[in-house]
Amino acid sequence: MQLYHDVVIVGAGLAGLRAAVELSGSADIAVVSKVYPTRSHSGAAQGGIAAALGNEGEDSWEWHMFDTVKGSDFIGDQDAIEIMTRDAPRAIIELEHMGVPFSRTAEGRIAQRAFGGHTREFGRAPVKRACYASDRTGRVVLDTLYEQCVKKGVRFYSEFVLIDLSFTDGQAGGALLLEWATGELHEVRARAILLATGGFGKVYKTTSNCFTNTGDAVSLAFRHGVPLQDMEFVQFHPTGIRGLGILISEAARGEGGFLLNSSGERFMERYAPAIKDLAPRDIVSRAILREIQSGRGIDGQDYVHLDITHLGPEVINEKLWEIASFARLYTGAEPTREPIPVQPTCHYMMGGIPTDGDGRVLQDSAGTPLPGLFAAGECACVSVHGANRLGCNSLLDLVVFGARAGKAIRQWLAQARPCARDISDLRDASREKISRLLAAAGKEQVPRIRQQLQELMMEQCSVFRDAAGLEKARRKIQELQQRFGAIGLSVREPRYNMELVEALECDHLLSLAAVIVESALLRRESRGAHFREDYPERDDRNFLCHTMAFKEKKGMRIEKKPVRITRFEPVARTY
Amino acid sequence: MERLFRIFRLDPQKDTSPRFQEYRVTIEPIDKILDCLNRIRWQQDPSLTLRMSCAHGICGSDGMRINGVCTLACQRLAKNYPEDPIIIEPLPNFRVVKDLVVDIEPFFEKYRALKPYLIAEAPGSETERCQSPEEREVFAEAIRCILCACCTAACPVSAENGQFMGPAALLRAFRYLFDSRDEDARARMRMLDTDDAIWGCKSHGKCTEVCPKEIDVRQRLAQTKKKIYEVK
Repeated sequence: MQLYHDVVIVGAGLAGLRAAVELSGSADIAVVSKVYPTRSHSGAAQGGIAAALGNEGEDSWEWHMFDTVKGSDFIGDQDAIEIMTRDAPRAIIELEHMGVPFSRTAEGRIAQRAFGGHTREFGRAPVKRACYASDRTGRVVLDTLYEQCVKKGVRFYSEFVLIDLSFTDGQAGGALLLEWATGELHEVRARAILLATGGFGKVYKTTSNCFTNTGDAVSLAFRHGVPLQDMEFVQFHPTGIRGLGILISEAARGEGGFLLNSSGERFMERYAPAIKDLAPRDIVSRAILREIQSGRGIDGQDYVHLDITHLGPEVINEKLWEIASFARLYTGAEPTREPIPVQPTCHYMMGGIPTDGDGRVLQDSAGTPLPGLFAAGECACVSVHGANRLGCNSLLDLVVFGARAGKAIRQWLAQARPCARDISDLRDASREKISRLLAAAGKEQVPRIRQQLQELMMEQCSVFRDAAGLEKARRKIQELQQRFGAIGLSVREPRYNMELVEALECDHLLSLAAVIVESALLRRESRGAHFREDYPERDDRNFLCHTMAFKEKKGMRIEKKPVRITRFEPVARTY
Repeated sequence: MERLFRIFRLDPQKDTSPRFQEYRVTIEPIDKILDCLNRIRWQQDPSLTLRMSCAHGICGSDGMRINGVCTLACQRLAKNYPEDPIIIEPLPNFRVVKDLVVDIEPFFEKYRALKPYLIAEAPGSETERCQSPEEREVFAEAIRCILCACCTAACPVSAENGQFMGPAALLRAFRYLFDSRDEDARARMRMLDTDDAIWGCKSHGKCTEVCPKEIDVRQRLAQTKKKIYEVK
């Protein structure tokens, strides 16, 4: 099938849907998603969305901006952070007007809670900045934005997999899609493409991410020469359920919960004396692992306790219902009476496709836009999160930059010429790739390769890293990529073929892991979520910069790109 | 520990009738049913087909029948099914398109048909509309719904009447009807006041029994009936 639209939005999470809401009525848009839209992974966000509304104590966007800059360990671009934090209150009110069922204060205003790294007066004390709907904030915003799309009659292609992107004379002009139900390949042409496909936590064994978070679009963009920025910065959320990685929201600590080691000590008091358990995620994750390394994990094992018992059943039931239910279902612990066993879990990619503050994809370190291609959300890197994202800033990023990308696309459409080029060569290449996979008869197994990659990345490139481990990871990934060339699949039928989709995804995971490792090797310092045991200090003289990875004929090259500093000069990052 | 799974298999384009296939799986105490199904796919039989995504009961993709009960495979631990075999089937009341995958489009169509969005004049103000915690509490339970379709699959009325909107769509209609911010209760009630909408519900309560999010769906639909009845 050959499809024509003005705009193709790939991904139906918050960023993609917010852009769709912005564009509907003024352009012919199509939203493509690997899953039904309400099943996108934005729905798994629990704790809240940050904005200095000041509904529960004095707050200001400047404080929010400072916290975000400091949280980013000073490599978030401050012009972009200013855009986001200034726009935050408006963006939240807009969501409320659309119908998002936020929790409320006694006065009927949007309720707010404390969250890691969010403070008043430039770090003095925690502030209540996270607007929330119990502990299902992401899910209700996802539902509301999808329902706005229903109201506006937005066209969706659900359960379609992105196979390739097409470019003509340096302009993005189309995409190739695999329809899961039929196994058919479709060509869609458009004058603008927005990539909003989320993260790729499935590079790691222990992750809060869903199965579909495999970074297909990010990997495809990279193959087409788009650089990837700051890929070494991978966030491990401190409190995943032990052994499963399922997220237990920071809201648990925002509401007053705390972490305990084997001797029952509130160890965060030692690591972040001012804000303790509400320190940013990179710091808390490292603290947990240091406790475990020092033999203070529970029963000497690889986890610690998250205690919310003192909050009482009423608060837990009203504000933390989902996470309490996760704890009961998956650990058997009754969170109103017993602590929850937790350990860090891969949660969020700070890096991704570089964009400007309006979602335009940048094709070089000088900031030249790539005409027709846009990106927003976790797959993009604006960069507002720098080396470490603060909790509740991701949902904010999605709605602020999703909307801005939508506006920028509208401007672009006013002058963009249609993409006329015949892309049958690309279609043929994709068709051949799929046929080859359907016939693949090698002896290597995709699930084994994927599992070995995920274990490798967990061991060598997670919270703590060093040159020896990263070099080992580099070698092993190359081996795995070679082995991937010799895979065998057994399902020959293209309809509803999970094996085929998982093979395509595994290929992307391998490519992205290689970029993460290469970027991590280059950054010989410790900053935010990137901690090098062999370079444990931050090195502003050499590394107060972004990394930009470019695909080369063989391997890749990595450039440094300056950080934009407007208001806050780097200082030591203590809490 | 090794366990026996009996799984429904059907490819409507090839098979004239469904069959059950048996697999033996070694399980760990933390394994969810979904983990076991994936292990079968990855180690024994890649042709086994299902939907899944988040794997912890938020996205609502992996609704299926486990030992006859509609539920989410990622929310059930294998160790809690002590007897062999563990029987896995697709959600009933929907057309099977491959193994455990059903045609879910009619489910979403019905949900979309009942105007699942706030109908209200855009407030001119730059602040939020006020809503008291008590006003929000009225529908707070209903927003837990993740549209997994377990309730609709388990509903005896949906089984008999393909036109019935089903509990999930009606629950979402409840969520907006009882939202103090919504300004179109009248039109909503007219829309719901039919035999295929709210009056189709015969209060069997299967929806409440199976809801993975522990929503008392039957009670919420009863409130809707009461409100419509009182206005009439």
